[in-house]
Amino acid sequence: MIIEHIDAQLPGAVTDRHDFRGDQTIVIAKADLLAVVDLLHREGFQLLVDITAVDWPEREQRFDVVYHWLNLASQERLRVKVPVADGESVASLAGLFKTANWFEREVFDLFGIRFEGHPDLRRLLTWDDFQGHALRKDFPLDGGDVFCMEGCTAPYNNGERS
Amino acid sequence: MESIAMTRQQLDGDKMIVNMGPSHPTTHGTLRIVLELEGETITKATPEMGYLHRGVEKLGESLSYQQFIPLTDRLNYCSSIMNNVGYATAVEKLLGIEIPKRAQQIRVLVSELARIADHLVCVGVNAVDIGAFTAFLYLFRQRETIYDLFEMAAGQRLHTSFTRIGGLYRDIPEGFVPLTERFLVECEASINEMENLLTHNPIWHDRTKGIGAISPEDAVNWGYTGPCLRAAGVPQDLRKAQPYLGYETYDFDIPVGTTGDVFDRYLVRTEEMRQSLRIIRQVLDRLEPGPVMVDDYKVALPPKEKVYTRMESLIHHFKLIMHGMEMPVGEVYSATEAANGELGFYLVSDGGKNPYRIRVRPPCLPIFSSFEDQVKGGLIADAVAVLGAMNIIAGELDR
Repeated sequence: MIIEHIDAQLPGAVTDRHDFRGDQTIVIAKADLLAVVDLLHREGFQLLVDITAVDWPEREQRFDVVYHWLNLASQERLRVKVPVADGESVASLAGLFKTANWFEREVFDLFGIRFEGHPDLRRLLTWDDFQGHALRKDFPLDGGDVFCMEGCTAPYNNGERS
Repeated sequence: MESIAMTRQQLDGDKMIVNMGPSHPTTHGTLRIVLELEGETITKATPEMGYLHRGVEKLGESLSYQQFIPLTDRLNYCSSIMNNVGYATAVEKLLGIEIPKRAQQIRVLVSELARIADHLVCVGVNAVDIGAFTAFLYLFRQRETIYDLFEMAAGQRLHTSFTRIGGLYRDIPEGFVPLTERFLVECEASINEMENLLTHNPIWHDRTKGIGAISPEDAVNWGYTGPCLRAAGVPQDLRKAQPYLGYETYDFDIPVGTTGDVFDRYLVRTEEMRQSLRIIRQVLDRLEPGPVMVDDYKVALPPKEKVYTRMESLIHHFKLIMHGMEMPVGEVYSATEAANGELGFYLVSDGGKNPYRIRVRPPCLPIFSSFEDQVKGGLIADAVAVLGAMNIIAGELDR
């Protein structure tokens, strides 16, 4: 329902959509994000449930930033995916949704995706000097040499990154 | 950490820095808050988290769907069975399967027991932090019974790992139902005792009323879910709004507060415990014999007798252990109403044995992110009350 509405109001914004096990998903370009979010907010999708990302290293636009919205009045859920390339940034939603502040910090921490206009984009779960972004697919599961002091090799894999 | 701890010279006037945590009696877990004070008034609060970060989501990408279950125990460790249920429900949604009726009923039963255990800890410890010790002792006696019940059912008190994809690890044993019936009576009495101690206690009122008050709009904007959102006056409960496990067939009410302050959160949690007792009573009434695992050997292991005597079952056993389940390609988000709010699992499957991406949406992270907003301008003693009423569980906060 809401997807048809977005289509009518912002023609061309939805580049792809699918419906799997009752979960509505739309894919939009990052340039359209703020317009779509603004529309969602006005249409009653007030609860931004979650922001996360998925890494697809072989893709040209490597990351999907994934937003989950819930409409408290109609209990309708919507997933919005925004593909971004490595090094690109996405508009921050922290101005419209306060809850976006920490979720975006977490995505920045674990994936290295920057959010433009975020008031305080610092790492959330790992420490400030942490090297790399842990949830990227090319980050080794054992942490590689991130946890070593200077001069030592990784404790596993004979010092090689897995 | 130069970014948050300032030197004395950088502070103007009579301001003072108080470091709360990472190991502080009221942080219940490990998290750190740097408070900037002017006298007793908080002018700035900078939360810092991640001390309990284990990389659960990263680990999940290298584990099979079944192997991830023990990691869910350690998310909200006060009510671990609920995380098991939430995760299993998500994978079952991805698979598109329905679990047997008895398994659903037992899941509801243990979930509500876990909800009571979680609320008991939250309310009891919140009172201890503020200085009322007695209620805590009355409540923890009941929590002990709940853990005894979990031990009977799952073999473990805290890290239960009770669910399997497609049902339960095993059926509840003999003696479980009579003990639960006794618990229903005793717990009701304990809740009444606690209410006698707190609900009309003027000191408790002074310490909790108006503290951490939040409007419904703000609560939604901050991403609140669960008791904290309902205390603010939004009647959102997934058990009613988007029923799962047959919750729509049970008769229960959703308590709602008005101001969202610590006192309202306490009242909402107290009433929710009573409603959970109601649900448990209904489950016991309608519990009927039957299987607790799906009858599909592509998902559930065949029984041992069949594995040893039948070729087909042996092959199924081997295939499941070595290659895992056949997962469809796709993505699902499944949410359940955990004790703290909406516990969501977002699973992305590329058809492989392991999830391609597994995301845990912790209910207390958005709530904790509003901490500075909640305590700014208040007294330092209130920070403890607010933190307790938010029920921050570092295990699920940091994952």
